[in-house]
Amino acid sequence: MKQKNNILDVELPKTDPRVKLILAKIKKENYKPDALIEVLHTAQNAYGYLPMNVLAFITRELKVPPSRVFSTVTFYHFFSLKSKGEHTCLVCTGTACYVKGAQAILDEIEKQFSLKPGQVTADNKLGVQSARCIGACGLAPAVIVDEEVHAKMKPEDIKNIILSKIGAHA
Amino acid sequence: MNRHDLINSAEQAKLKLSQYKQRVCVCCGAGCISSGAEGVMKKLQDEIKARSLENEIEVIPTGCMGPCNQGPLVKVMPDYTMYQKVNCENIARVVQSQIIEKKPIEDLLLFADSRPKAFVNAQEDPFFKKQMKIVLADCGDINPEAIDDYIVHDGYKALEKALFEISSEGVIAQLKLSRLRGRGGAGFPTGLKWDTVSKYVADQKYVICNGDEGDPGAFMDRSVLEGNPHRVLEGMAIAGFAVGATKGYAYIRGEYPLAIKRFELALKQARKMGLLGANILGSNFSFDVEIRIGAGAFVCGEETALIASIEGKRGMPRPRPPFPAEVGLWGKPTLINNVETLASIAPIINRGGEWYGAIGTPKSAGTKVFALAGKINYSGLIEVPMGTSLREIVFDIGGGVPGGHEFKSAQTGGPSGGCIPKEHLDVKVDYESLVSLGSIMGSGGLIVMDDTADMVDVARFFMEFCMDESCGKCVPCRVGTKMMYDLLSKICSGQGTMKDVQRLEELAVYVKETSLCGLGMSAPNPLLSTLRYYKEEYLNHISKNQAEQGVLHG
Repeated sequence: MKQKNNILDVELPKTDPRVKLILAKIKKENYKPDALIEVLHTAQNAYGYLPMNVLAFITRELKVPPSRVFSTVTFYHFFSLKSKGEHTCLVCTGTACYVKGAQAILDEIEKQFSLKPGQVTADNKLGVQSARCIGACGLAPAVIVDEEVHAKMKPEDIKNIILSKIGAHA
Repeated sequence: MNRHDLINSAEQAKLKLSQYKQRVCVCCGAGCISSGAEGVMKKLQDEIKARSLENEIEVIPTGCMGPCNQGPLVKVMPDYTMYQKVNCENIARVVQSQIIEKKPIEDLLLFADSRPKAFVNAQEDPFFKKQMKIVLADCGDINPEAIDDYIVHDGYKALEKALFEISSEGVIAQLKLSRLRGRGGAGFPTGLKWDTVSKYVADQKYVICNGDEGDPGAFMDRSVLEGNPHRVLEGMAIAGFAVGATKGYAYIRGEYPLAIKRFELALKQARKMGLLGANILGSNFSFDVEIRIGAGAFVCGEETALIASIEGKRGMPRPRPPFPAEVGLWGKPTLINNVETLASIAPIINRGGEWYGAIGTPKSAGTKVFALAGKINYSGLIEVPMGTSLREIVFDIGGGVPGGHEFKSAQTGGPSGGCIPKEHLDVKVDYESLVSLGSIMGSGGLIVMDDTADMVDVARFFMEFCMDESCGKCVPCRVGTKMMYDLLSKICSGQGTMKDVQRLEELAVYVKETSLCGLGMSAPNPLLSTLRYYKEEYLNHISKNQAEQGVLHG
């Protein structure tokens, strides 16, 4: 017997352009369950993260057990169940960046904004993440602020770069 | 398009290109783009238009040219005159002086600020002179977004040759002659792998291109995919023909959006020209490729985990045998090769296996691409013949260690590799020599560390990586990496004892010998190699602790 308020029963408005994107992707992949990761990529691009009701929607449309969707989402670093923030600061912590002082940049961000990797400010304005390696090793240490790569980053410069993105707010 | 159309379209494209008197290449590899290359290219085009020279001078974006640290880079052909740190201000000088008046600008030349005298022809500079470019041959010279440019540079000629002049057995024979080994790290003979897959009888077989470059500190595959995607695609098609597969998957890291974009474009262009799809070039061989985007899991570089990921599951490895060559994607025989391996195929077919086999060392043939990074003057992307010494790579090509510091260690193979100390700088880099030093070739990341590096912390850094990336399926890896990480953290924080070091040594062996897949089997390597060469640093951390507690000098 179905429970009331079951998360899987929450309907998403099919007129929402983001839902349309997901449906189009599912259709393109011929409703194959093995396209799950591809569909999750599309959903995360559309929403910025993967809200539970969206996962429930994918579960139904692809006819994949919820347990498999959830276990797949939580296995891969790329997928996030939480909002990453309106603005994001991604600090590369690959080997080259580690050797050239990525930790000092993370420390400075923590000092200035009280955020550790994986955390978002209370107003959702800024989120900080660390990356395994973004492959810009020749330019280490590298930081990506709102999709823009900043090479040879110095800890003292990070504050202003972030502030220029989020406004004088923080 | 049939076979003759390919030759015709190459002729036509050549004719079209011959209208230009000069080609100016702007490096649009990921490194140079983040240094502002796209703005430079736009400005360069504007400058040339302003002088009404757009019909004489061609400006193209290219893949990585190599010295990423000096970017944005502009190369003026055919003299290979390269300019470094070009920006929107000094680009007008390059146009006026170099392109129009043909007078090189000394102070802007590549390495002008770090060499006594920079070379007008960059190929004479030691950075390039010691290299041998096979995989990267056209990377940095051609426009990765134009299939015509690839075709003019003998692109898809190897596929044509394979389809019409040599049989699939012939292709495998050439590969065996070439002695090419897998460039993903393990070094399995490629010809043998192809031969094995080709011998299984099945209604469907697959070719997978492993572009899940997970090693931190490595960007070779990224650069090849971004700089010459058609070369990889051609390698995949030849592989499909040789092993009898009609379907291919390119698994590319989600962190590489530009590589994905360029590979997608390459697929579209190749399909449009009939170089992919049904009856390629009028033969009875059909082959098509789909992209799968990785979602960020280091373990997916392991072939059975990668297959699980393509099937839309958690990327967890399974015991082998059966190997993917027999039971692979959806249970069908599957050939998995790394990007660099596949990019080596076309030159081997074009020039013959014997030619390739003669390069390098007796056991490791050919060339290897390395990503040089860390505490090194000229970080970037290089390709050298196997057997080149580490000293040549770090000092002659890489220009040594900056800031008056001393070289301490070179880390190869990422979290699965080890640290090579100063005493072994003269090691000839090939698969076996690196293993004998406790490291591995790996996919080609080479990180240089100077005398400021704390090697125990380096071991801790890699162990943290492996601990996070362990998929959790087998106990030795899941629990062992965590225990080793805790012990290393304890030593780093000054709380360690001699017993901890002994415990680490024991654990490393257990994890290495009992883990299910390569991730766990190689996770202790950075620890073991730092223990082997830098044990005194472990002891220093410990003796400090003991001194503080009054054990040693109290």
